[in-house]
Amino acid sequence: MSLIRKHLLGLEGVEKDELNHIIQTATSFKEVLSRPFPKVPTLRGKTIVNLFFEASTRTRFSFELAEKRLSADTLNFSVSASAVKKGESLRDTAQNIEAMKVDMVVIRHAAAGAPHFLANCIKGSVINAGDGCHEHPTQALLDMMTLLEKFGDLQGLRVAIIGDVLHSRVARSNVYGLTKMGAEVALCGPSPLIPIRADQWPVKIMNNVDDAIFWADVLMVLRIQMERQQANFFPSLREYHNYFGITVDRLNRARKTLTIMHPGPINRGIELDSELADSEHSLILDQVTNGVAVRMAVLYLLSGEK
Amino acid sequence: MTVKVKARLIDANGLKRTISRLAYEIVERNKGIQDVVLVGVRTRGVFLAERINHEIERIEKSALPMGILDITMYRDDFRELHSQPQLQQTEINFDIDKKNVVLVDDVLYTGRTTRAALEALMAFGRPTTIQLAVLIDRGHRQLPIKPDFVGKSLVTSLGEEVQLKMKEIDDDDCVLLVETDRDNYKIED
Amino acid sequence: MSTKLNKSYSGNAQQIYRTVDDALLLKNAVVPDLNKKTELKADVLIKNGVIEQIGNVDDLSFKGEVIDLNGKMIIPGMLDLHVHFREPGREDKETLMSGAAAALAGGFTGVCTMPNTTPATDNREIVEFIIEQFEHHPIDVYPIAAITLERKGEQLVEMAELVDAGVVGFSDDGSSVSNGQVLRRALEYARMFNIPIIEHCEDEQLAVGGVMNEGAMSTKLGLTGMSSIAEDVVVARNIMLAEYIGGKMHIAHISTAGAVELVRQAKLRGVSVTAEVTPHHFSLTEDALENYDTNCKMSPPLRTQKDIDAIVKGLKDGTIDAIATDHAPHTEEEKNVEFDHAPFGILGLETALGLAITELVKKYKMSLYDVLKKLSVTPYQILGLDVPYIEVGHKVNMTILDPKQKWIVDKNKSRSRSRNTPFHGWELTGKPWGVINGKFLALCDS
Repeated sequence: MSLIRKHLLGLEGVEKDELNHIIQTATSFKEVLSRPFPKVPTLRGKTIVNLFFEASTRTRFSFELAEKRLSADTLNFSVSASAVKKGESLRDTAQNIEAMKVDMVVIRHAAAGAPHFLANCIKGSVINAGDGCHEHPTQALLDMMTLLEKFGDLQGLRVAIIGDVLHSRVARSNVYGLTKMGAEVALCGPSPLIPIRADQWPVKIMNNVDDAIFWADVLMVLRIQMERQQANFFPSLREYHNYFGITVDRLNRARKTLTIMHPGPINRGIELDSELADSEHSLILDQVTNGVAVRMAVLYLLSGEK
Repeated sequence: MTVKVKARLIDANGLKRTISRLAYEIVERNKGIQDVVLVGVRTRGVFLAERINHEIERIEKSALPMGILDITMYRDDFRELHSQPQLQQTEINFDIDKKNVVLVDDVLYTGRTTRAALEALMAFGRPTTIQLAVLIDRGHRQLPIKPDFVGKSLVTSLGEEVQLKMKEIDDDDCVLLVETDRDNYKIED
Repeated sequence: MSTKLNKSYSGNAQQIYRTVDDALLLKNAVVPDLNKKTELKADVLIKNGVIEQIGNVDDLSFKGEVIDLNGKMIIPGMLDLHVHFREPGREDKETLMSGAAAALAGGFTGVCTMPNTTPATDNREIVEFIIEQFEHHPIDVYPIAAITLERKGEQLVEMAELVDAGVVGFSDDGSSVSNGQVLRRALEYARMFNIPIIEHCEDEQLAVGGVMNEGAMSTKLGLTGMSSIAEDVVVARNIMLAEYIGGKMHIAHISTAGAVELVRQAKLRGVSVTAEVTPHHFSLTEDALENYDTNCKMSPPLRTQKDIDAIVKGLKDGTIDAIATDHAPHTEEEKNVEFDHAPFGILGLETALGLAITELVKKYKMSLYDVLKKLSVTPYQILGLDVPYIEVGHKVNMTILDPKQKWIVDKNKSRSRSRNTPFHGWELTGKPWGVINGKFLALCDS
């Protein structure tokens, strides 16, 4: 089978066999990464632009490394929010990219839908590296790959996504991907951080983190952003930590072993205890390794679509 | 694609004898099996390498380290394809530095698969030598590549294709000469 | 304030209308009585801008201009209660004259210009500037002035003077007057002139950061939503104020099922409240945003089918009095950006009649007469103006239309300076043919 799409804008609507195909391809690339010379000439001659309109180190490094491992020529275009305000519009940038005859664009943007906008103005493939509160498809793919490595199959696996689901693109992409792969998904967080009409998705919704721990096999802990407190999504970080933080005590009380994931960067001691993040049950570093392999796979598969 | 079998070039017994001869030649050329490793090129090169290794084990009482190479990532025809070919795993779980690597493939034709395989091997280290063992050399080389061990050399035309069938994945052990209308510039796998 | 205002470039306005002879005969017209829901096939004779005869007119002995309407319908000149013509301030988006040209193309003879100009229409100079430009023009302009200075929601404008200058209503459109006491005083003061306070109903805190309707689609798209209750609570407050104070409260661009029900109940109690709806709020739902089309970004936002159903019911039972376009031009540069960064609003004038007939009459089975009435009769009544009924002795102010004509919307043919419409390429039924207002005739397609 092959991936019959030109862009990867999100996981919504991506079918199970496509997801499996991407992850299987990523497994082949993961082997490349373990070689003494971890580089293949697969995308030699392809030009890829990394367009980051929002601060990011992990995702940008991961994409850059994936591109270099595939021998693509890469350009990094980081635009600070202030430069955008000065009038560097996405449309201008897109036109410039088009004039440079680029094959693929990886875009991170604070505005949801920015990758769709770009896909409409350029001929090359667009890969969404996170758009506002919408989707972050490669993150969910690497999460699924990591879970598949550990559990072999996602059918019936119970994954609780915990925290600020409302503002999380990671959560949305994982909801689409995990449920397509047969996993059961629960969203758990303070009510104001669970999006309106989240029940349109085939997920459980929980407000009590102990219920989620009792139910789940895997806890996917989301980053909680300090500024949400000012907007009254929850009263204080202290209260958040006490009632929604994933702590050693809480897990000890549950008397079960859970697999812990986090898309990073972690607010240690707020949404997740350091001890848990660094424990043998944490897949956080596997997520990072798989991130490069998954991005190589996506770049490889999309580069073939004409 | 239409396929018409024109001739049965090698039968099961012939295949067995050819593989046995290749095994002897590999041992002889390398004066034993010290520092020799086998790497089979997916798909049938792998099964061929396994059978050669089995023969070597019979001769030398010890098998060689064996690896599997998928050359897809090294293909030079991506720009002519409409979607990316399926990748498979490469498994070389030993160090190839200062080794004599015998690369095993079924049919040597344009030489492009071998070129890709050579490049792929270099990513794993710096072997002392790389030797090429093929079951069939059918000519029509597009690159300056010459095999070290050949099961059988054939004169073929461009409209023909040589196919190795192996019990491991096919229902027969033989080599067929078939007529095909497939694009002749495609790398065979 | 003493801003020097210059009349801007008026485009090709001169070519899209002309004066007619003192005597004008419209042959083979259909003249409906929108109140009685009857219609008459007749000729209409106009002399010196006044309707002289409706019936069979002998054109052999007639000396003057004759136009054969071939069965087209004549209704009172359509009045749009809600347009943004951007002048003064943003003439790159629209000018008074380009907006007026678009209004003529849409079959309107009157427009109420909203005061969120730059600077705001909160003083006599700007009102007079607007009125002056329409002195010799087939469009009648009815300026709406701001309720508060600079639309800040703090200090009332000089309402009496503005009414003298020609203002027909007050609104801080674009936002609500968030301070209830300020709105109460505005309603009390405006009551003296019997003209409406027109409110854009949106609680700015409840809608903070919102760019679309809050619901299934905003959750899916990851965009910040504006909840329906952000509209409902302000509608409820405004109705309570009107009920307590009196005066005339007009709810602009109603968009939610909740707000429709609040207005319905208020009317049953006899509260002096009226409401308008835009064509896009009964033609499109939030599903149109699927691909982040900024031409579907407006405030209030596109809602759900449930809201459309309530709006249609409200139109049918009279809860919603009028159809108004909220014509809001924006340049391509401003709209062709990330969804979050695009301004709110779409064009409305040229597609209003077509959408109203296509959606309300054809799809939702509303009576054609009722739909036409909400474009041509009730808008005058809301403002307390005389309706220019097609009757003998009335000054001529009419829209001529073909309710059955099919046509394709082409944004590139728009007379607006902007192109921000989501209806490009739509096939609509019902097209205005032209308007006659006083001595002017304008053809919609010219």
